[in-house]
Amino acid sequence: MPMLTVENLMASYGVVRALHGISLEVNEGELVALLGVNGAGKSTTLKSITGVLRPVKGTITFLGKEITNRTPEFIVKQGISLVPEGRDIFGQLTVEENLRLGAFVSYERDRYKADLKEIFELFPILEERFTQAGGLLSGGEQQMLAIARAMMAHPKLLMLDEPSLGLSPTMTDQIFVLIKRLREMGSTILLVEQNAERALEIVERAYLLGNGEVEFAGTAEDLKHKVDIASVYFGGDDAQKAGVTL
Amino acid sequence: MIDLEFLINTLSLGSLYALLALGLVLVYGILKLVNFAYGEYIMIGGYGLYFSATVLHLPWWATMLFAVLAAVVTSYLTELAAFRPVRNKSANALIVTSFAVSIFLQNAVLILVSPRARAVQLPAVFSRTVSIAGATTPVRNLIIIGTTVVVLVALSVLMKRTVLGMAMRAAAEKFTTTRLMGVPANLVISAAFIISGLLAGIASIFWIGRSASVDPVTGSAPLLIAFIATVMGGMHSPTGAVVGGFVYGLLFNILSITLPAGMISYRDAFMFVIVVLFLLFRPEGIIKGGYTEERVG
Repeated sequence: MPMLTVENLMASYGVVRALHGISLEVNEGELVALLGVNGAGKSTTLKSITGVLRPVKGTITFLGKEITNRTPEFIVKQGISLVPEGRDIFGQLTVEENLRLGAFVSYERDRYKADLKEIFELFPILEERFTQAGGLLSGGEQQMLAIARAMMAHPKLLMLDEPSLGLSPTMTDQIFVLIKRLREMGSTILLVEQNAERALEIVERAYLLGNGEVEFAGTAEDLKHKVDIASVYFGGDDAQKAGVTL
Repeated sequence: MIDLEFLINTLSLGSLYALLALGLVLVYGILKLVNFAYGEYIMIGGYGLYFSATVLHLPWWATMLFAVLAAVVTSYLTELAAFRPVRNKSANALIVTSFAVSIFLQNAVLILVSPRARAVQLPAVFSRTVSIAGATTPVRNLIIIGTTVVVLVALSVLMKRTVLGMAMRAAAEKFTTTRLMGVPANLVISAAFIISGLLAGIASIFWIGRSASVDPVTGSAPLLIAFIATVMGGMHSPTGAVVGGFVYGLLFNILSITLPAGMISYRDAFMFVIVVLFLLFRPEGIIKGGYTEERVG
């Protein structure tokens, strides 16, 4: 049985329907990407899964338990953590406080200390900046903090919303290396990316969203061969298929 | 004119106003709601003093505890019964709800107790005067300053050193993201109302103590002061509220000693002029930044 199952998910912002029935699955230990252009419904899908947005229709099942329409705090407790779009760290709080809040659902003193040690090994910069306000960190450092914060909860499923957005190419490389490493360490990851080419290098399976629907689902290899990714973003034949008009 | 007596007067008045403003800002920070029922928590605190002294005949220290408890419970209950159901609605719905709660509580007291003022007696030690280095001041003023110092230190320890405090600061900055950390929305909002009620209760002892009486509309004046202090100091951080409270106390005392005798009764009018100037030239208040404007929902 898949770890996460989304079935026929429909969601709206007021009268604007953003998702027209999306279905997807993530199996334990997998690294899956959710690709698509701006407005395709990627972030909306994540918002629905985390309970921030209440779907109009459809069901979301996680580890055999239905979590549709539950509160964000309940869903986090079940083991789903989100690294939000735009990082969304607490700028007024120190790096330390950001990490401590990340561990809110699963705090145990000894484990917390061990986790910090591990985090500092992955992100040495966070140890340097431990007592500084999160808002003083650079974009890349904030992204690392956001990922570290989510990992503090020991999520069974880690969801990343556009982790490379607004980062320098070097920083983007680092983030992708990190995601790969997290995957190798056994994390289950759902990655939302606009940067499809990069994402397809590291994921096993991917869903291509367009206009609130799943346009294509398959392995990364399949997607690379069957869909002209560049054209999806730049308006070729497959773009029309994916609902993109320029 | 700027002597020790003036300093003590200003610090004690500023302390009281800082407590008032702080209670208002804590809820604003998280819910983005200016709670117009806040004055009623002070009023209920005053009736707590009256009721526990004249009906229950409790000793003076117990009447104070009773008053604070009454304000805390009222604040928490209004959150549960009135604000929680409309929390995800518009900002206007919340504001209108706070007016409704205010009117409801005023009239409840009016019907259940009396429209007339009730005398509240604080222990004699409060009105006794002492001399410090030539300055004469009521003991009450020193107690207010001491109490405020303790409250501010305790509150800052709570906000800085506890996980609840961190969660409240995080929620004031980014409410939805805080929930994504697994922090229950109800927890931080209830905590804000409880602390707000606690501050209202403590302030009510000193506020009612000055006039020695309480009536159903006692809460309107402290609400106005709290509101003005937060406008001057800044709505967006607890620091702003405290600064605003002390600035209000300072300006008020300066007006008291500089205005000619015939104009003293227009002190409030001058205060409002100052507020208008603030709104025109520094609408964000003395302390900028802090909380963002993201609403709960």
